[in-house]
Amino acid sequence: MTQRLSAAFAKGRPALVTFITGGDPTPDATPAILDALVAGGADVIELGMPFTDPMADGPAIQAANLRSLAAGTRTADIFRIAKDFRARHPETPLVLMGYANPMVARGSEWFAAQCADAGVDGIICVDIPSEEDPEIGPALRAHGISFIRLATPTTDTARLPAVVDGSSGFLYYVSVAGVTGKQQAAVDSIKEAVARIKSGTDLPIAVGFGVRTPEQAAAFAAHAEGVVVGSALVDLVAQHGADAAGPVRELTAALADAVHNAKALV
Amino acid sequence: MNTATIPNSPLPNSLRTQPDERGHFGQFGGRYVAETLMPLILDLEREYKAAKADPAFKEEFDDLMKHFVGRPSPLYYAPRMTEHFRAAAAAQGKPENGAQVWFKREELNHTGAHKINNCIGQILLAIRMGKTKIIAETGAGQHGVATATVCARFGLPCTIFMGATDVARQQPNVFRMKLLGAEVIPVTSGAATLKDAMNEALRHWVAHVHDTFYIIGTAAGPHPYPELVRDFQSVIGKEARAQLLERTGRLPDLLIAAVGGGSNAIGLFHPFLDDTDVQMLGVEAGGHGLDKEHAASLTGGKPGILHGNKTYLLQDEDGQITEAHSISAGLDYPGIGPEHSWLHDIGRAKYLPITDDQAMEAFQLCCQLEGIIPALESAHALAALPEVAPKMGKDQIIIVNVSGRGDKDIFTVAEKLGVKL
Ligand SMILES: Cc1ncc(COP(=O)(O)O)c(C=O)c1O
Repeated sequence: MTQRLSAAFAKGRPALVTFITGGDPTPDATPAILDALVAGGADVIELGMPFTDPMADGPAIQAANLRSLAAGTRTADIFRIAKDFRARHPETPLVLMGYANPMVARGSEWFAAQCADAGVDGIICVDIPSEEDPEIGPALRAHGISFIRLATPTTDTARLPAVVDGSSGFLYYVSVAGVTGKQQAAVDSIKEAVARIKSGTDLPIAVGFGVRTPEQAAAFAAHAEGVVVGSALVDLVAQHGADAAGPVRELTAALADAVHNAKALV
Repeated sequence: MNTATIPNSPLPNSLRTQPDERGHFGQFGGRYVAETLMPLILDLEREYKAAKADPAFKEEFDDLMKHFVGRPSPLYYAPRMTEHFRAAAAAQGKPENGAQVWFKREELNHTGAHKINNCIGQILLAIRMGKTKIIAETGAGQHGVATATVCARFGLPCTIFMGATDVARQQPNVFRMKLLGAEVIPVTSGAATLKDAMNEALRHWVAHVHDTFYIIGTAAGPHPYPELVRDFQSVIGKEARAQLLERTGRLPDLLIAAVGGGSNAIGLFHPFLDDTDVQMLGVEAGGHGLDKEHAASLTGGKPGILHGNKTYLLQDEDGQITEAHSISAGLDYPGIGPEHSWLHDIGRAKYLPITDDQAMEAFQLCCQLEGIIPALESAHALAALPEVAPKMGKDQIIIVNVSGRGDKDIFTVAEKLGVKL
């Protein structure tokens, strides 16, 4: 499984990682939006599992979570969406991102087995830090699912080895201490942070939080292996609802173009 | 009274040594937080350990407890309440029954509830850590008022997150917080109650980790909060234990406390955990009834992860958190502190749901029989008395934690009684 992820970061140029919330605005609308991300040139897809209490998210993704749940999205829908995605896109890595409780509600073993069955490559869980790895890490690793951890501006050098240990696929560098949304880190701080993290791991590093435009994405991509864009895409879904595929594809294409060519610019 | 003379240290097989070094109470507790918060949580743990070992910290805490909070709070024998349940026992054909009812009078503390005990402890920690801003969540507003109070006392800026629904039903406390200089931020997400206030406080905290201390209002959240809140609130049980020993020469048979997140309950229970003859009853909010909307996470929930800890939660099969309901804003939360989940699973404490209507009845009974207007939260604890007091012998002793006073609730109660103020 991790094969698809490592391939995505081994294309000789930075990768575009895109996030949308599964089931937003409805479970039926999600496949077309996912296809738009792929068509636009996204290298890795993060599919958000909706949760009632998205504590680490700003207003845009909070609202997306609630829209999805209000449309009746269930965990089974997310896995069905993932499995169908895998059938349509055998090469594009798919990562589920969300909060701990929906992932462990039926047991981590059940969850990891479902991920494997659906062709999910990795998991990002906001509220399972390395200290609580036993909650889900062993089950994911046993099923060959990458556990993608987050590093943040508060993750110091002493702590980094613990964060890296047991992680695979890539490392997600959360560039601002804060929630998802509009707040943006300075490019210099990213350059410094990525260099620091690189000294502690060989994993590819994708930088996210607050990246909205192709220009911002390019600036970040110049210093990392990947850039994550979430809220800006989720905003398009909020705006266009079930007709979001077109606008999502357009923005993704512009982002992909900027990210893929970023290194050439520096 | 000198509480230090009472032997009260952990036994070899003590139940009072939890949590383990990773913050777990059995399978519960832990540190389920975003990575951004993790280093801060570890700092707090280190600082709390250092503070616990520092006699100057304890001295300052004790001094503030005495002169600012007004401790010790009285342990009060409630004669008419006792008689009331003796009469009930007699009517049930058991004239020999009817336990003595005693109240631990936390409602007499400065700010009117037990919440201040914890706030004093946490603000001293915040100052020790060099933090310059304070945030807190609040449900009933009691914790918000207590936090605003200690912030005023120590001159730190204070921001309180409060669900918009609670802002509406706890207006007097909102105004109190403002008078005390706090900024109150109404939270409109979800059902706009305590859970949502906590989400928003956590969101603010991740964005301000460097200078901001989060004073959590109950014995929940990521380790070390459940432990340190419990320790600060344990003054309740330590005093009650010493006071009852001094007055009667014996320990109580039963402790009763309302459980929202569980801080007043664990504060009363913890010093007695190794006293095997002392039974404990935590009262959960049964809302409209367990088959309808309620907030009884132990009785009606299952283990899960929310707000930094693993604990019993109200949730569906997918792990989505379900909305709680209670007439009492301070109990209107779909989770419970992890130590209670553990005490529940090992059977050391029992937990009983009490409905809105039962709490309303107990509220009025306490006003009329004892001249004490209890908080609606505390009224839940009092509402367990009809279930237990008439079944116990006359020589047996029950301590009920009257965790707060009910002035804040008179509007809710009036509305429920159909009275227009
Ligand atoms: C008076 C009173 N009692 C009890 C509670 C419930 O909290 P806990 O279970 O932490 O004691 C509250 C919460 O606001 C309260 O105000």
